[in-house]
Amino acid sequence: MSVILTLAVVLLIVFWVLSLYNRLIRLRNQVVNGWRQIDVQLKRRHDLIPNLVNTVKGAMEFERDTLEAVVGARNRAVAATGPADAAQKEGQLTQALGRLFALAENYPQLTANQNVRALQEELTATENKIGFARQFYNDIATKYNTAIQVVPNNIIAGFGDFKPSELFEIRDEAERAVPTVDLSMRP
Amino acid sequence: MNVYEQQALNRRRTIYVMVGFITFLLFLGLGFDYLYLSAGAGVPVPIGTTIALVYGGGSSMYSYFNGDRAVLRSATATSAETALALAATEEERLRIRQFQNVVEEMSIAAGVPVPAAYIVPDPDPNAFATGRDPAHASIAVTEGLLRLLTRDELQGVVAHEMGHIRNYDIRVMTVVAALVGGIALISDSAMRAFRSGGTSGARSRSREKKGSAGVLIAVLLVVWVIAIVLAPIVARILATMVSRRREYLADATGAELTRNPLALAEALARIEASAGATKTIKQGTAHLCIADPLERTVNQKEGWLADLMATHPPMAKRIEALREMAYQLARS
Repeated sequence: MSVILTLAVVLLIVFWVLSLYNRLIRLRNQVVNGWRQIDVQLKRRHDLIPNLVNTVKGAMEFERDTLEAVVGARNRAVAATGPADAAQKEGQLTQALGRLFALAENYPQLTANQNVRALQEELTATENKIGFARQFYNDIATKYNTAIQVVPNNIIAGFGDFKPSELFEIRDEAERAVPTVDLSMRP
Repeated sequence: MNVYEQQALNRRRTIYVMVGFITFLLFLGLGFDYLYLSAGAGVPVPIGTTIALVYGGGSSMYSYFNGDRAVLRSATATSAETALALAATEEERLRIRQFQNVVEEMSIAAGVPVPAAYIVPDPDPNAFATGRDPAHASIAVTEGLLRLLTRDELQGVVAHEMGHIRNYDIRVMTVVAALVGGIALISDSAMRAFRSGGTSGARSRSREKKGSAGVLIAVLLVVWVIAIVLAPIVARILATMVSRRREYLADATGAELTRNPLALAEALARIEASAGATKTIKQGTAHLCIADPLERTVNQKEGWLADLMATHPPMAKRIEALREMAYQLARS
């Protein structure tokens, strides 16, 4: 009788350990996927920008500097080498777009134009999606890091290749600054 | 309490209520089995309990698998793509596009597949989510909601619905419906047995036991009979308790997804302020919505009657909880 009982307890412990290990595997894969999803949204933004610039170019002729800054930043971001470089270039692109959005408010014929509003909505949505993709990556990476560090799990994590993930963060101090926008009506 | 603490609290409270629910059903069912179906055995043979659970489970299974299509059809919802193609003005097109984009944004933040987006042709602002798991989910909003809210507020409402989907709330409410169905069957059968044979059969079984055990059994019998009579009301109270807990949980999950609890609070305040019932959303699906579509006054009050009948917590309390998540002091 006691043999059966011991066997049952051992089996239960084995199942518990296995399901814990599987949970860690699942979380690790979600972290990797979460990181790649950010790239999906960044690529989407690269594809949308030429469209935007063409649509506003006519009305915003006087803002050539800003428009060129956006196109230049976009091309540099597409050509980035490696994740650290990409992060920096994408940050600069975000800043350039921010300035363009703010300036567009100055052109009533632009904001009245339905095509421009539709395109602005798409770009806003894309910026949001990039933000939420990063947010999700940080959330799932935190969940994973916690899961491999709490007490019963860290023993089991020792048996597999479970390293803590780095959270997404801003490296370039310039990105943390509030973007400055020149709204003076200079020609 | 912050976002994470509120979520943990609501999940805990759901578990407490579910444990209470199952215990209640087992008490009723096993009592019934012991008194009527166990023909001389010392312990209750759980025939009736099993039948009740199978019955409850079976009747909920249909709504579990097909409920989402049924709900969307009864609310005459059209898919967002169709609505986009049929839109009359650019303004409308922009709003529908915003809605589609917001649904995608929230599914990215939640890490779930993108649910199907639907629009209900009703001027009253409301929203609901449906579907048995995140892979088969749908979110619907009314035209009134699209016209009323800003983009951030719409994002908050969609985040709340995404919270329902991510927390498997449809599954939770299906289990609750199964338990309510099972309890109703037991209570019904017991009342029938009372009417045909009175409690005499049951009482004679209790007299078989001698001494102090007999007294205990007699007391249990009385409690059991009272429980049988009150069973439908108790089941309803427990079901609405679960429903309210899941609404608070969806609010907290929505705030976690957007990291913007005040936008959802503002959306709730504006939905509350706009008068009228959502006529296209029928009685049976009321508990899935963000605001009670029947505009029942009981959902706005607090106190014992609200604890019994209200499927949604009072809007004022929901807004207060959201402001707490935003680290804002409650208004006195």
